[in-house]
Amino acid sequence: MALATTIQRYLSKISEGIGQLFVNFFDLIFGSLQKLIGLKAMPYVFVLPNLLIFGIFILFPMLLNFRYAFTGGTSFFPDQREWVGLANFKQLLTCGNFLDPNSCREDLFWRALFNTGGYVVFQVGLMVVVSLITALVLNRKIRARGFFRSVYFYPVLLSPIVVALIWKWILQENGLFNGILTSFGLDKIPFLVNAQWAQFWVIIISVWAFMGFYTLILLAGLQSIPANLYEAASIDGADEWKSFWNVTLPLLMPQMVVVLVLALIRAVQIFDIVFAFTGGGPGTATLYLVQYIYSKGFASPSKQFGLAAAASLIMAGILIVLTVIQQIIRKEEE
Amino acid sequence: MSAIFNFLTKTRGKNNLHITDMLTYLYLTLGIVIMFGPVLWLILSSFKSSAEVVKFPPRLLPYRQQTIQVEGFDDPLPLFNVQLDNGSTQTMAQVRRIGLEAQMIDPAKPEEIIKVNINNREPIENVYFGLDNFIEGIESFNFARYLWNSVIVTVVATIITLLVNSMAAFALSKYQFRGRQTIFLVMISTLMIPLSVVLVPVFLVITTVGWNNNLLGVIIPGAATPTGMFLLRQYMLTIPDELIDAARIDGASEWRIYAQIILPLSRPALAVLTIFSVMWRWNDFLWPLIVLSRNELFTLQVGLNSFQGELNVQWHLILAMTVLTLLPISIVFAFLQKNITTGIATTGFK
Repeated sequence: MALATTIQRYLSKISEGIGQLFVNFFDLIFGSLQKLIGLKAMPYVFVLPNLLIFGIFILFPMLLNFRYAFTGGTSFFPDQREWVGLANFKQLLTCGNFLDPNSCREDLFWRALFNTGGYVVFQVGLMVVVSLITALVLNRKIRARGFFRSVYFYPVLLSPIVVALIWKWILQENGLFNGILTSFGLDKIPFLVNAQWAQFWVIIISVWAFMGFYTLILLAGLQSIPANLYEAASIDGADEWKSFWNVTLPLLMPQMVVVLVLALIRAVQIFDIVFAFTGGGPGTATLYLVQYIYSKGFASPSKQFGLAAAASLIMAGILIVLTVIQQIIRKEEE
Repeated sequence: MSAIFNFLTKTRGKNNLHITDMLTYLYLTLGIVIMFGPVLWLILSSFKSSAEVVKFPPRLLPYRQQTIQVEGFDDPLPLFNVQLDNGSTQTMAQVRRIGLEAQMIDPAKPEEIIKVNINNREPIENVYFGLDNFIEGIESFNFARYLWNSVIVTVVATIITLLVNSMAAFALSKYQFRGRQTIFLVMISTLMIPLSVVLVPVFLVITTVGWNNNLLGVIIPGAATPTGMFLLRQYMLTIPDELIDAARIDGASEWRIYAQIILPLSRPALAVLTIFSVMWRWNDFLWPLIVLSRNELFTLQVGLNSFQGELNVQWHLILAMTVLTLLPISIVFAFLQKNITTGIATTGFK
């Protein structure tokens, strides 16, 4: 015990020392800089590091993406690529019948688009419902709420690869679930080989992995609803069902919108869990948009950077539309 | 339907255990099973031998066949319960197996070999948590190297993220200057555009800078995260400007104001960003996958994924390595879970 406090004291001394060193060292640089350029210019110095990284690695690539999207060829360097106008978009969007991916020139893109669409609808729906129910349960007067909150949050911390491997192990042909099925005298189910089952499990697994985060946001919202509103409602003769619809849900709306939008945006971008879990298969059953972009740009033998960039612009368009819808909803609420 | 909602919306419990309370605890218990069960199953499985891992139906606990050292044999012999012709059972060791026939001996009388049909014998097993998978896995998987890379990426990236974003947030929340609004709006508008959308051009930039196969290429691009900057700025807006004015009158430089007044007061927001950053970086996969192609630079996630690709059937090693990969973050979570969940819930999202 005494040792622990001594160590702790030393550690805090050391970190204090490092902190002092950090402050004084940079003060030397920033202080003389301030004398040189004056107080008015200092905010630019403070934003500069962030702005540099942001500009070089986020903003510039975003603009460069347009150049890739409108040029063709297999060269990776933009100056060696020839201008092809809308050809990449045409190739992506040419379809005999828009409801039938087989009739499209880039049938994989359309499969990815349809798969992503279906995934987003079911995953986000399930996510919102499960998170809401869990948040409502956690908001009841229960023992060890902190513990249970952590239970649901734990998978959020696991990496997508770990999540994928855990479930692949459970769902494989000789895995736990098939073991349970056969112990009840049922036949094995090829969870990872059957297209519908694979799509189903991708949804379940991603809800399992992320729901704790959204539950946390909703729970924080529930806890900020003043208790006297419920008292007032019950004095007015509202039963719990009515006070859920008339008090809880309306007051929880801001958090619900946040959850819905974050879940949507995240669902559109689904990649790593599926990449390690099914690799997009069986066939193309779980091929989603980001994996399509990845495989066009980095994995396929003929590097089709133009197609990848065009597809990512279409995806960015989808994300922007989703964000704008959120802004409109938010405005309407205010 | 109404009953379900009654159950779900009640905020005050009764003194005696009501049916709704029981349902609540049922739901929570189910939650523990669903959330922890898969991880527990992974951990239990990771101790199973390569032969045990492919056995169907799988058993809950890892078992190992008992062996016995018999005089005259170099290796320990596996033990079986053997059903003899006269109907009795006896514990015997197996010398070798030829087709459907096993040559067994009684450990007490090693000279006498008895031939037994393999269907008439049952292996004797006991529960055994062996570390063989972990040792073999670490040897063939380069675990230490990947762990080191992951730690470097996580720690360095988090420090840079905190520094760069807090400085920018300070400037954007505490100064009036030309271009402030523009910078802020441009950054915020990219909030919803993830790195995965601009894979190809970012990769070009990385190649041009020469950061291919360099951990810097993994660390730097994500360091200026608009999410983090926004989170810190919103928090710093609540710090009163009077403090800054007073310090300035006392002759403090702008850097001192930032480092000695603003940073300590922003500790809750910085803590949340630290948690986010560690989570993002430790679990990041797509970006390191693209930037790093040399095996010795892989982070744990990329290494683990390529490991499962190359050893398609070696589940016993994959399981052990998965356990080792999830262990560090689970330990951190076990100690800090309360701070993490309350931190994210209160400061994380407005």
